[in-house]
Amino acid sequence: MITTLRTRVIPILLLRNGSLVKTVNFNRFSYIGDPCNTARIFNDLEVDELCLLDITATIDNKPPNFKLLETLANECFMPLSYGGGVKTVNQARTILNIGYEKIIINSEAFVNESLIGDLADIFGSQAIVVAIDVKRNYFGKLKTISRSGTRKETVDPVAWSKRVEELGAGEIIITSINKEGTWNGFDIDLCKNISESVSVPVIAHGGGGSIEDIHNVVNKANVSAVALGSMVVFQKKDMGVLVNFPDEKKLRSGL
Amino acid sequence: MITIINYGMGNLGSMVNMLKKIGVPAIVSDDSEQILKAKRLILPGVGAFDAAMKAINSQPKLYEALCEMALIKRIPVLGVCLGMQILTSSSEEGELKGLDWIPGKTKKIPSSDNIKVPHMGWNTPHDVTENDLTENLETAHRYYFVHSYCVHVEDSIHSIMRVNHGIDFDVAINKENIFGVQFHPEKSHKYGMQILRNFSKL
Repeated sequence: MITTLRTRVIPILLLRNGSLVKTVNFNRFSYIGDPCNTARIFNDLEVDELCLLDITATIDNKPPNFKLLETLANECFMPLSYGGGVKTVNQARTILNIGYEKIIINSEAFVNESLIGDLADIFGSQAIVVAIDVKRNYFGKLKTISRSGTRKETVDPVAWSKRVEELGAGEIIITSINKEGTWNGFDIDLCKNISESVSVPVIAHGGGGSIEDIHNVVNKANVSAVALGSMVVFQKKDMGVLVNFPDEKKLRSGL
Repeated sequence: MITIINYGMGNLGSMVNMLKKIGVPAIVSDDSEQILKAKRLILPGVGAFDAAMKAINSQPKLYEALCEMALIKRIPVLGVCLGMQILTSSSEEGELKGLDWIPGKTKKIPSSDNIKVPHMGWNTPHDVTENDLTENLETAHRYYFVHSYCVHVEDSIHSIMRVNHGIDFDVAINKENIFGVQFHPEKSHKYGMQILRNFSKL
């Protein structure tokens, strides 16, 4: 028998100095609006999960904005994950106590690998997500990038995925920097490479522009969940801000 | 008024938050005197079975207050997630004895290539029994789960919802005044709200 677990479709909200923004290829910030209003709309839309990423905390060397995170959590009656600037067990504990289910670690794992295991031991693997940002270079080679797209790491994304799973990550969110914000569809090969290399759930992120894109990556790359950015905060490509979510029937028909 | 037991297992913020949203007054307490005055109890829990039982066993006054309210005064009690698992007699996750308030056992969910453990995400129950806790549910109801161990009640009469994740297991259970849900109602949108609303009216 197979599970009746549904494929999660997760809006990702990018925080920058307390505001919501959206990027293209980790660049070109567009202002989206107030994070609390947006979170409230996604709550009303009954999304499966909501992911919040502070994309400047690490590069500005700032701790998570706990106050904002708490205000956001008060609007949300669904699972929440947070990433950005988390460096210690105590920071993670504060965020989980506020009402988040998952802590997302990216850059800090390259500096302090043991953080993943420490967090997993205390809070359980299910609460620890590792985010891996990947850039495909001119020759099609996959490179692991940290610090909001600014630092090249030496480890390749597949090896790093296996490593973080070993360290205790309960889930991996894989972002294609080349695809992020483009509406051109997910990097299916990349997502497939990762999902076939690990046994923990993989979330595909970067490039989702249509329901068809979502169906494609789920069915071809065998990912457990899909994260959406531009598609859920803009009306259409190159159009204005509109917080929205794909039509539930159409979405579910291909998952 | 609902009293949420704080025995050091997991975050209670979300539960308080949702009860506030549906207009049900709630307090969080680890004080046996306060628990002895409760009208309804929620027994939350995130973490390991033995850690939860150790936390309860190490506070004899708390344990006695819980037994008094659940078994003698028989006020409505709702165990959530691990809080439901400790209502059973034992778990494959640990060595310690559970509260044993509803006959059943907690077992590991078998994993395979298609079946990932933990069972994490949204699932829709089947075999939903008409019960005070299952009133006014929507047809397309779904709930958020995160767990690696699952409950099998001894007598199916105590099962009010089951779910499939590779195997079938019980995700809402009830015996007299004692209820348990494996999912997180506080993280399950209006579907979870309805469950908590139902519980608050018992």
